[in-house]
Amino acid sequence: MPERRPDPEQILERLRRKEERERRAKLKIFFGAAAGVGKTYAMLEEAHERRNAGMEVVAGVVETHAREETQRLLEGLERLPRRVIDYRGTRLEEFDLDGALARRPELILVDELAHTNAPGSRHSKRWQDIEELLGAGIDVYTTLNVQHVDSLNDVVAQITGVTVRETVPDSVLDRADEIELIDLPPDDLLQRLREGKVYLPAQAETALSKFFRKGHLIALRELALRRTAERVDAEMESYRREEGIAEPWAVRERILVCVGDPESGLRLIRAARRMVSGLRAEWIVAHVETPAELRWPRERRDYIVDVMGFAQDFGAEPVMLQGIRVADEILALARRRNVSRIVVGKPERPRWRRLLEGSLVETLVQESHEIDVYVIRGETEGESPDRGSVRTPSARWTHYLQATVVVAVVTGVAFLMYPRFELTNIVMVYLLGVMVVALWLGRTPSVLASILSVLAFDFFFVPPRFSFAVSDTEYLVTFTVMLGAALALSTLAHWLRLQTDAARQRERRTAALYRLSRELAAVRTSDELLATAVRTIGEDFEARVSVLLPEAGGRLRLRAGELGSAHHERHEIGVAQWAFDNAQPAGWGTATLPAARGLYLPLRGGGGPIGVLGLEARRHQEGLPTEQFRFLETLANQVALALERARLAEQAEENRVQVESERLKNTLLSSVSHDFRTPLAVITGAATSLLGRDGLGDVARDELAATIVEESQRLSRQVSDLLDMTRLEAGSVEVKKEWHSLEEVVGAVLERHGPALAAREIRVDVSAAPFVLLDDVLIGQAIFNLVENALKYTPARSPIEIRASRDEGGVTIEVADRGPGLPEGTEQRVFDKFYRGADSAGFRGVGLGLAICRGIVQAHGGRIEAVNRPGGGVAFRFWLPVEGEPPTIEPEEAATAGGQGPAPETGS
Amino acid sequence: MTEESTHQALVLVVDDELPIRRFLKAALEGSGYRLTEATSGAEALREAAMRTPDIVVLDLGLPDLDGIEVTRRLREWSGVPIVVLSARGRETDKIAALDAGADDYVTKPFAIGELLARIRVALRHRARVAGGEESAVTVGPLHLDLARRRVTIQGKEIRLTPIEYRLLTALARQRGRVLTHDQILREVWGPAYTRRRHYLRVYMAQLRQKLEADPARPRILLTETGVGYRMAEE
Repeated sequence: MPERRPDPEQILERLRRKEERERRAKLKIFFGAAAGVGKTYAMLEEAHERRNAGMEVVAGVVETHAREETQRLLEGLERLPRRVIDYRGTRLEEFDLDGALARRPELILVDELAHTNAPGSRHSKRWQDIEELLGAGIDVYTTLNVQHVDSLNDVVAQITGVTVRETVPDSVLDRADEIELIDLPPDDLLQRLREGKVYLPAQAETALSKFFRKGHLIALRELALRRTAERVDAEMESYRREEGIAEPWAVRERILVCVGDPESGLRLIRAARRMVSGLRAEWIVAHVETPAELRWPRERRDYIVDVMGFAQDFGAEPVMLQGIRVADEILALARRRNVSRIVVGKPERPRWRRLLEGSLVETLVQESHEIDVYVIRGETEGESPDRGSVRTPSARWTHYLQATVVVAVVTGVAFLMYPRFELTNIVMVYLLGVMVVALWLGRTPSVLASILSVLAFDFFFVPPRFSFAVSDTEYLVTFTVMLGAALALSTLAHWLRLQTDAARQRERRTAALYRLSRELAAVRTSDELLATAVRTIGEDFEARVSVLLPEAGGRLRLRAGELGSAHHERHEIGVAQWAFDNAQPAGWGTATLPAARGLYLPLRGGGGPIGVLGLEARRHQEGLPTEQFRFLETLANQVALALERARLAEQAEENRVQVESERLKNTLLSSVSHDFRTPLAVITGAATSLLGRDGLGDVARDELAATIVEESQRLSRQVSDLLDMTRLEAGSVEVKKEWHSLEEVVGAVLERHGPALAAREIRVDVSAAPFVLLDDVLIGQAIFNLVENALKYTPARSPIEIRASRDEGGVTIEVADRGPGLPEGTEQRVFDKFYRGADSAGFRGVGLGLAICRGIVQAHGGRIEAVNRPGGGVAFRFWLPVEGEPPTIEPEEAATAGGQGPAPETGS
Repeated sequence: MTEESTHQALVLVVDDELPIRRFLKAALEGSGYRLTEATSGAEALREAAMRTPDIVVLDLGLPDLDGIEVTRRLREWSGVPIVVLSARGRETDKIAALDAGADDYVTKPFAIGELLARIRVALRHRARVAGGEESAVTVGPLHLDLARRRVTIQGKEIRLTPIEYRLLTALARQRGRVLTHDQILREVWGPAYTRRRHYLRVYMAQLRQKLEADPARPRILLTETGVGYRMAEE
């Protein structure tokens, strides 16, 4: 590559790392080949230097193992008190993470990076504590031995024969800003050991003493040196990169590691990790879930997920795929992700099975074309005791019994057929039986059924009958073909079944996901959304689900679902808070705070977590199976997306409402100032005239007084309109529906208008709907406004009609006039607030009358419209829903006495 | 009932707003009433006890006690007519005042003529109650002969059912005054029926069919929307 410019992707990557490094606090690891090389001592020495340079240093945890010179070094430093944990009656002392976070020194010393925390601690591993400290901006010094490095773990086990269980992911080492190798030649170390200067825990003395053989120590020292050198290499390279020293730059490698079963997978990942760090490549660890895997015991399926999580800790990208043929899925992924090398484990099955069933390695090699395929030794490291690698027997003995019964039944049927049918047809019946067994009972019982069928066929039907002897050798061919066909059928049927199972499981997940997204899409407010999510996920997982969202200060508060008793609630919210603050799952079944009752997943939004989804399983188990966990994560993402969407929508709506109300407020203000000042001006003018002029005649005085009355009535009317409108808009109007006589409601309205109606012809016909369910005060007001509107805008003597008509489910009430009608296109606008008719100069009002009508009708669940009538004029119609019938009235009892009053009418 | 008695009547005006008191003073004294004033609930109760007014005009929005509470306390020992003045126009407030024992209500803003009319009705009603059972009532074309239980419209006899008759007499005895739905139901049907307003509406419609010239625009049996009914005074 002649170009001397670094790849832009790498520049970005570099910038990102640099930024992250600057933001993050610094981590320094004092790295050694074995215990006793002086890591803690070196750490303390450097801490003192720092302190002398003015840095605030606190010793979080320092294991001096009662070594005098180490102890002395510790003396000058501030020590953080340890946290005491009461675990099943034993007092355990542990590093106090919360204390450290609260103390917040600039630099903290936390010895033994690989330490496993006591049960009940927040994290199960100390390196997780340290990550949290770093995340909080505190520099950390820590110590580590080479055998605890994850990728070197099995190499060390091979060298020394001792398996170390406490390991630290390589990613932690990679992220360290500085690694200082504390080197001591093996001879010196052994010398120190002999002098009793190396601390060995008494119970593990024999095991650990295996380490301290010269040969082992040399090997370990080499490992430590190599690991450090690798790191120096990497630093060198990144320095070169930063300085722009370009070299022929290999295209970045991408490696795909296929993990089949968890046992060999773990080893494969470790091996691949060494390869990856050598190549400085990106890597993907993939596992293909085959239908057969659905039959694995739960623990084993969980184990696979653990292994994938382990790969992630190593810096790999874990990918879980589903499919029938592993090779196809792997190759598809490899092509999709532009993978340059595929790493698979060495096949373990015997050659004949590989030939029969096909081999992953061979298929990959044949079909991978341009991609290199690396085959790495991947046999298991012996059975791990806690993770049973034995498959559960897929068929129980009852299945075999049932298979035998099926063959017996088929034989019975064949007996009935025998006299009339050819032997070939009887063979067919047997094959049918085998297929049924394969579909119902699985593979092995169907193999049994195949063999039994051939035997039964031979014994009962092939001449000579009732003997296994065969008269015609031709039948031997029949047997062979029959057995072959039966086996083939059973295999096919078995596969079909597995595929159906897998499809069903996928279908179930897809259905659940679909259901959730559909339901989430249907709701509008975030509260509804949360309730829906809680309900749906709760049903899918048969668990108690909760959603916690942050309040102003970032503190979480339960917003939907429940968390159990108040006592637990506080603790659970604490766990959820951690999940939220760190954007990582926490609680039940995870590595962080596993003692919690619930599992808490952060709801990841576009700009970081926006809340937490909690799940508390009703059934007692160790944690969610992996595929369920992943599925839950998918659902959580779905919820997060929907929640963000809903929030944005709510915000937009809020803004819109704000703009709208701002506009209205302005209209209102201008309207109020105009509409209120005019009558006030008139009143003031008229009243002052009355006060000041004694010379006014009686007629003039009366006129002035009448003007004052008129204007104040108008003012009063405007005030009530404004109040009504405000109440309607605020939703504070309570609609009290009762069965009312429509005639009475209309009558009261006309009465209220009083003399204004005197000159008008008013036609009322509401007999079509004598009793209607409505709020008489509100509907009365609406009709009043409609009549008033007609009075204002129509010629003085034109008639006004009020009519009612019934239809299915409601009643329509109409106020119609014979006025000029509405201008084209304003039929809807007349109901807008502050809308006034074009020639309304003579009629001053606020322009709220019809808007109030609409508000009232809508509050009743009805609708209103205005239409120009044929023949002139407008009809304002509103429709009200009416449910049920008016309550019936008991017929009045017969009149008590003829002489006491008027004779009763019947049927009134 | 007589012009004299109203002209001499002492009116206790309870309102904390000076302009209202000022114009009421002018209007009431101009109409021949004597006047005494109170600006708070406590003062009103004291004045009512000391001066024994013939009628109380009471504002609901007082600074110390709510007007409805004042009504209730007055009613504990006095039958003095109370006309409520209120800026609260809502029907529930009106019903509360009437059920507490007020005789009538007038919503602010009001024309002085309306208030004077209500005062007159209240005083007359009090006088009627004091004067004992009436034997006949005439309102417009309607004549109700209480002694003989006969109802005529323009001399033509109208046949009523027993409930219709009880309903009519209940309104007629207190004509001019608003009766709330509950008050009417209790009186005509009994206390157990106060929730069945529908009964009242059905019978009122029947009664109007028989008595009113145009049932859609009643002249005798008037509706107080959301509150109750009132029979016209004359």
